[in-house]
Amino acid sequence: MTDEVPLATAEPFRVPTAPCRPGDESAFPEWKWTPEDLSSLPLDCSAEETEEHAYGLLRVLDDDGNAGGEWNPNLDSEILKQGLEYMLRLRIFDDRMMKLQRTGKLSFYMRSLGEEAIAIAQTMALEQHDWVFPSYRQPGAQFVRGRDMVSMMNHCIGNEMDNVKGRQMPVHYTWKEGHFISISSPVGTQFNQAVGVAMASAYKGEDQVTITWLGDGTSAQGDYHYGLNFASVYKPPVILCVVNNQFAISTHANLATGGPNFASRGLPFGIPSIRVDGNDFLALYSVTKWARDRASAGHGPTHLEVYTYRAGAHSSSDDPARYRPKDDHLSWPGGDPIDRLKDHMITTGIWSEEEHEELIQKIDSEVVTAYKEATSFGDLANGPYPPASTIFTEVYETVPWHVQEQREELGK
Amino acid sequence: MVEMNMIEALRSALDDLMQRDPNVLTFGEDVGYFGGVFRITDGLQEKHGAHRVFDTPLAEGGIASMAMGMGLNGLRPVAEIQFADYIFPAYDQIVNEIAKVRHRSGGEFTTPVTFRTPAGGGIRGGHHHSQSPEAQFTHTPGLKVVYCSTPLNAKGLLTSSVECNDPVIFFEPKRCYNGPFYGDPHKLSTWKGHPDADVPEGEFRIPLEQANVVMEGTDCTVIAWGTMVHICQQAINDSGVSCDLIDLQTLVPWDRDTVVSSVKKTGRCVIVHEAPKTSGFGAEMSASIQERCFYHLESPITRVTGWDTPFPHTTEWDYIPSTERISKAIRGTQVD
Repeated sequence: MTDEVPLATAEPFRVPTAPCRPGDESAFPEWKWTPEDLSSLPLDCSAEETEEHAYGLLRVLDDDGNAGGEWNPNLDSEILKQGLEYMLRLRIFDDRMMKLQRTGKLSFYMRSLGEEAIAIAQTMALEQHDWVFPSYRQPGAQFVRGRDMVSMMNHCIGNEMDNVKGRQMPVHYTWKEGHFISISSPVGTQFNQAVGVAMASAYKGEDQVTITWLGDGTSAQGDYHYGLNFASVYKPPVILCVVNNQFAISTHANLATGGPNFASRGLPFGIPSIRVDGNDFLALYSVTKWARDRASAGHGPTHLEVYTYRAGAHSSSDDPARYRPKDDHLSWPGGDPIDRLKDHMITTGIWSEEEHEELIQKIDSEVVTAYKEATSFGDLANGPYPPASTIFTEVYETVPWHVQEQREELGK
Repeated sequence: MVEMNMIEALRSALDDLMQRDPNVLTFGEDVGYFGGVFRITDGLQEKHGAHRVFDTPLAEGGIASMAMGMGLNGLRPVAEIQFADYIFPAYDQIVNEIAKVRHRSGGEFTTPVTFRTPAGGGIRGGHHHSQSPEAQFTHTPGLKVVYCSTPLNAKGLLTSSVECNDPVIFFEPKRCYNGPFYGDPHKLSTWKGHPDADVPEGEFRIPLEQANVVMEGTDCTVIAWGTMVHICQQAINDSGVSCDLIDLQTLVPWDRDTVVSSVKKTGRCVIVHEAPKTSGFGAEMSASIQERCFYHLESPITRVTGWDTPFPHTTEWDYIPSTERISKAIRGTQVD
């Protein structure tokens, strides 16, 4: 990456920029990686042994939908169907929520478009009781863990049934029952917290692994380096993922680091590090299962760069056509994660276009039913909202006198 | 009861907590093998094991985020920040994360972290080993802020802080680790023979949110915390004015009833802290007291504080509120 970085200016110092801007033709370098490139790794491997894996790209699905290579997890067709359903569900859910945002029924939204495979395949590779410590673009983990869509929608709307009581912006889910830890807006803060969560699991002697994600842009934060460093020192059972989707709002990954890539940044910390194709369901599943097995066997942390492309806007508040070529994502060499799994399943004869269409219809009608139910509990435009008294509760375990006085002043 | 200095009392609290609750663990820079630069955790690693008392990388932001994670997953971490001046790399984790997670998660997640940190001046520590940043935390909903002043309340308040299910910032006045400080750097005393150096062994707590009335009087209420409690004691004696001296002990939430009833009784109030004046916690106290006691006040509420400047090195005795400044302020409240 270093030598080829496009620059906004070279003088008096370099200011990197994105490779393509509005009006440019999309120009992604052609992918040279194949599923046969990278060998499997022993669970107790050293960081050095993963060097090729950090600089290469771990793939299982090739460009024609065939699975191959030593990392092929050879998953049962039921798991593949399940994974495909979760990804479709997330995409259709996202589309519906964006519509609600555009009609003023919720304040803000963030889609996972193009990144659906990440949290879904990775969470499926974990155990049900493993801790998931997400950033805002891994809501898909909740589908895997069985969260009710109405409950997720209630949160996004911020209505009376929102389990975080209208206190957080949409998409900042919390779901303790699903071992899904509360999402925070300041980016990256969760990275070393996840290390602490994993240390606590180890301390209690539980076979429990923690996974966390942050983005390429966020990897510039101190918290990313705290996480890598503390994980390298204490070696707890944690999986540390950088989702390199190329963009942090409009800021290209070229601004996040001057180094060669993201995965390799784990190597000097002594952490086995792998770059994985983030639109390849099978590769994600396989590498995460391996990282979990490593952690569970006491070999400590794994660092993953999940290489993908943010197909949509950062959020409902920005228009990517203002800072990159329109429909840039259609040229992404990694394709679309849903299409790739679907093609693979059709190629192997376990799926058909008809079944796919039927599944979409089924999910679509479930999502419609769910949003009707969720909005029946209130929406942003019309209320009802959670009672104003929720401003004052759960600040502390019990309401202290000064907060109580202020609640009485509000008179609600 | 055993006579202890503040270091021994804090150690005794941690030892007792760790003995009673396997989920309590403590860590920080130099905390493990060495026992801390102020020796608070001396011997605890040997006794409780290196998985419960351990050293960390030199990264306060990392210490805080790791502690938050441990707290989320059922542990009760006690993190030492070597000097309160070094807490700021952890500020985001404390203010945006640790303080807020209970509320932001609808009560689903909590993290009962306690941060112990030595604060205040008087040890020739210059700007970066002397600050009193309590107001930077009293302004954060979700945190409790505690300040000890003697071996007795150091042990009792630390125990209550660690057992509290809310996160606590626990300040230790480093000038008083080895003895109370009455304002004269040429006359240092030890805790030997001080009534509050008699500390119960084993389980002992002083409730949070309760102030301690150190001296009782009739004509002025003096409110202080940390090292200032002892300097105020001397200043009150020097002033010849009969005063209530209130050691606030917990700054958030502070003990409204004790403070308000004292000021209503005396009609006068002096608030003393080492931290700079502007937006210091004295400003909050002063405003709150006048809201509640205005018609009982005989004179303006006065603050005696550190200056609105960085904390100095060789001239620190001109920075820390002196007995002269405090007694002058007390006498000033008595003028009709």
